[in-house]
Formats: sequence, C-alpha cells, structure tokens
Amino acid sequence: MNRIGKLLSVLILTVFGLMTAAPLFFLFCGGLMGNGEINEYLKPFIYHMDGYAGWRLFPLYPTLRNFVKLFLDSPEFFRMFWNTMAVTAGILLGQFLFGLPAAWGLARYPVPAKKVFYMLCIVLMMLPFQVTMLSEYLVLNRLGMLDTLWSMILPGVFSTFSVFLMYRFFCGIPEELLESARIDGAGELQIFFMLGVPLGASGILSALVLQFLECFNMIEQPLVFLKEKSRWPLSLYLPEIDEKQMGFALCCSFVALVPPLLVFCMGQQYLEAGIMAGAVKE
Amino acid sequence: MSLNKLSKLHSKLLRSAVCVGNIPPAGEYYNLKKRRGLTGLAFCLPGFFGIAIFYLVPFLDVVRRSFVQASGGRFCGADNYKIVLGNAAFQLAAKNTARFILVCLPLLLLLSLLLALLVNGLGVRLKAAFKSAFLLPMAIPAASVVLLWKLMFDTHGFVNGIADWLGLAPVDWMNTDAAFAVLVFSYIWKNLGYTLVLWMAGLASVPQDVYEAAQIDGAGRLVRFFKITLPLIKPMIFTIVVLSLLNSFKVFREAYLVSGGYPQESIYLLQHLFNNWFLDLSVDKMAASSVLLALVIGIFVAVLEHSWEDVPYRSSHE
Repeated sequence: MNRIGKLLSVLILTVFGLMTAAPLFFLFCGGLMGNGEINEYLKPFIYHMDGYAGWRLFPLYPTLRNFVKLFLDSPEFFRMFWNTMAVTAGILLGQFLFGLPAAWGLARYPVPAKKVFYMLCIVLMMLPFQVTMLSEYLVLNRLGMLDTLWSMILPGVFSTFSVFLMYRFFCGIPEELLESARIDGAGELQIFFMLGVPLGASGILSALVLQFLECFNMIEQPLVFLKEKSRWPLSLYLPEIDEKQMGFALCCSFVALVPPLLVFCMGQQYLEAGIMAGAVKE
Repeated sequence: MSLNKLSKLHSKLLRSAVCVGNIPPAGEYYNLKKRRGLTGLAFCLPGFFGIAIFYLVPFLDVVRRSFVQASGGRFCGADNYKIVLGNAAFQLAAKNTARFILVCLPLLLLLSLLLALLVNGLGVRLKAAFKSAFLLPMAIPAASVVLLWKLMFDTHGFVNGIADWLGLAPVDWMNTDAAFAVLVFSYIWKNLGYTLVLWMAGLASVPQDVYEAAQIDGAGRLVRFFKITLPLIKPMIFTIVVLSLLNSFKVFREAYLVSGGYPQESIYLLQHLFNNWFLDLSVDKMAASSVLLALVIGIFVAVLEHSWEDVPYRSSHE
C-alpha cells in the first residue's frame, strides 16, 4: 500500500513537474531547430491555415544557425540585452549602497519611529506597480529622467522589498556577538562590514537573486516610462519579433532566459530562503 | 596583563553587570540608547531619503491630485472618486480582478498544498529535484514564454491540436471567455513553486514527534492531516493567502504581452485600466483609483502583519 502510494505521488508530481519545466525544454529545442523545420511544424499557426500546429520533442535536424544569426547579426537584440543588464546592474548596485545599510540600521539599532519605517517598507513592497505608477511618473518627469534608463533604475534602487528581506536576515544575528565586538573596541561601521555583511550574507544573496529575477522580468515600468525603442529592455523586444521568424524568436527567447536561469541554478537555496523569509518570522 | 586589556576586561565586566540586571544610572543608559538610535538613523537615512523622494512625497501629491480637477486644478472634493467608481471600465476591471483572485487563490493554494504534502513524503534527492522543477518558472521571464503561450492557445495552436486529436471541439482561447482560463493557467504555472515552498516551510515547522505520538495512538494519515497538520499551519495560511494575492497583480505581464492593452473582455484587469488611463493622461482618474487601490492593499497588509505577529507565539506554545 505504502509503496503504491509513493509511486502514485511521484507520478502526480512528475506530471506537474513536467508541466512547469517543459517551457524551458521547449524553448531550448525550438532554438536548435532550423527555420525550415520549424515553419513546417507551425505552418497552421503562422499562416492561419487549416489544421493545427505540431511539434517534435527533439529537432530532426538540429542546427545552430539561429544562434549564430543571433550572436553575429542582430545588433538590436544585443542593445536591448545590454539595456536589461545595465538596469539590473544599476538596481543591484544601488541597493547595496542604500538598501543594505538601511536594513542594517533598522534591524540592529533602536531607531526612532522604527515601527513606522518598518510598516512603510512593507506597504511599499506590497503595492503593485500600477498604484505607484503615477507617483513615479510625476517624480521622474520633474527630474527629467523619463525615457532614460534611470527611470527604471532609480525607483528600483529604492524598492523596499530587498530592504525587508535583508532586515529579516539581519534580525537573526545574535546581539551578544555585536556587543562583544563593541567591547573589543570595534566601531559601528566596522561591525557592519566585518560582522553584519558576512553574517547576513545569505539574506543579501536572497535579495540579490530575487531582485535579479525581477529585473529580467520588468515589463510594466519600461512600457510606460520608455518611448525610445533603443532604450527598451529585452522583455519588450521579444514579443515584437516577427512571427514568421519562429525559429529565431524561440532562439532569442531562450538566450534571454539564460542569465536568470544561471542565477537560479546557482542561487536556488537563496531563492527558497528568500521566499520563506516572507512567511516565517525568525 | 597590559593596562589596555585590563580596562577592556573592566568594561566587559561592567556591561555584563548591566546585562544581569544592575540598573545603570538612568541618564547614562538613556544617552547610550539615544546615541545608538542616531547611529542607526545614520545607516537608514540615505535609503529612506530615496524612498521619500521616489515614493512618499509623490504619493502625497497623488493624494492631493485625487481631490482636484485635472484641468484648472480646482478642489472638487470626492468628485474624482465618484467618477471612477461610476466608470463602466473601472467596474468591469474591478469585477474581473476580483473574480480572477477568487478563482485563482483557492486553486493555487489547494494545488500547491497537495503537491507540498506529496513532495514532503519523498526522499531528500527527489524532494530537491521536484522543488527545482516547480520553482523553475520563477526564473523564466514572462517575455520568454509569451511565444509559447501564443503557440499553445492560438486557434491553430497546440492545445486545440490535442483537443482535436482527442475528438474535442476546438476553442478560440484568446477571443472568448476562455481567455480567463488561460490567465488562470499562466498564474498558477508561475506561482506554483513559490507557494509550494511557503507551504513546505509551514509543514517543516510542525514538530515531528507530535506525528509520531499520534501514529502510535493509531491515527491514520487523514486524521493526522486534519487534526495535527492543518491546525498547526493555520496561522501561516493567512500569510500565504496574502502573499499570493499580492503576487497575483503581476499576472498583468503575461496578459499584456499575449494580448496587448485591450484584451478579451473577461481578462481586462485593473492593471490594464491603469495602463490605458496612463496613456490617455487621465491623471485625475488615475490619482483617485491609485488611492483607492492603495487603501484596499493597505488593509490586506494590515491583515498580513497581524498574521505575522501570530506565527511565533502559537508555534512556540506548542
């Protein structure tokens, strides 16, 4: 009975697991297919003909042609790829400079009106972009930053989600440790850099991983703040690719998800820790 | 022993005396606390300055704008709010958003709980493998799957192909009310792993010995679930509901990328409406509805905060 139960549960899980993981596999194989092959399978979809689009699990004639075209002959893709990278790097760096100390200060010191700051962080982190869209627009307009990459970077730097995450992890450091460092004559900055940052590293990494994935997924912000196409991030470029070039489009979609995928593979434990930090109070 | 070390030892002793409970002179303690507070404030200030500039101050401006006319800037009381609430597009979008949440949340929560329970019964390696598979969608940008979604749900797409093979009638997924189902699917696909990890954290917090004791007393699997697991993770359910709810706003990405700013009526969400008002520069309507939405979400956050407060106490009592 127990064995059958276990087998059954593995079976159910496999079905759902395949469902969640299949798109990755699909994009990878699609990227390896030649345009001729892919057009053959997807003919009804592309040309709105009778019948239904088909697919082959593995490409019949795998080719790197689309990858080569992507890497050697599509400057747009790279411009937008670098836009995305620049925005991501800017946001992550900014959060190191501003969010990290703020989380530390909030977690470890009797800051006046601490509760107010904390609640503010939570409320801001929970508000969907649509609610703050108008406010952000008003500031960015005033600062003359609309239609520049800064319009995505600066509001992202001050998003409170990572402050909250790092706060949670910093709270878990035992006070005795900091106290004994103080007794040994360490200054507050020294404590922050020598104890806080290394001991809160898993929190910092969690914030980093989650924020990175979020940055590669930015759609709402560039959609309303960027008009100039050359500043678009990848996430707006991909859906624009002509449906007649299916193989190329799939190839682009795959390459675009490689960076977040790498971050996911390297940082899955931090991702999980970050998710859990939202639910369980330490 | 050098003088320096001696003095350090002395201060160490002094502090430990303070810890044990000897009360220091009130003024000195107060000063120390105040100084610490200021140090903390110095750490916080740059970050909170930015938050104030980019979020707080402009939001106050939005609140102000919600009470004045867009053209002319005259104070008009709650007129903007009345206009928004009476607006047909707003009503449709609010209704759709509410319906989406009411359908998605129970579905997502039940499914992920079921899968979490199944995953929990497995060995270490299988557990890790399945967790990775379920979390994978978090790493896939919406823009990358859009093409696949289009291919799947086109009238000539994969799903209809399979339906045809099974002898079922094809469905025009994106242009009928079936679009709603596509959106639900997309949300669940994306968030299954996230919620599953939350559930697993909850399940892990249930002490194992309680199960063993119940098992010895002859409690079956179902009894154990309903009498032990469920009551013990109850405080977490709230948290998970609220977190999933707030994540549900991000489903706009897929909806927008697949079917643009004016999708089929049943998936026209508040997010679409905000976007379109923004493009029309309807600042007054946007301001009023931003404030309304912020209020609603503020209430949810208060609930969440409350449920956070609950967790440690209850679990430490068990």
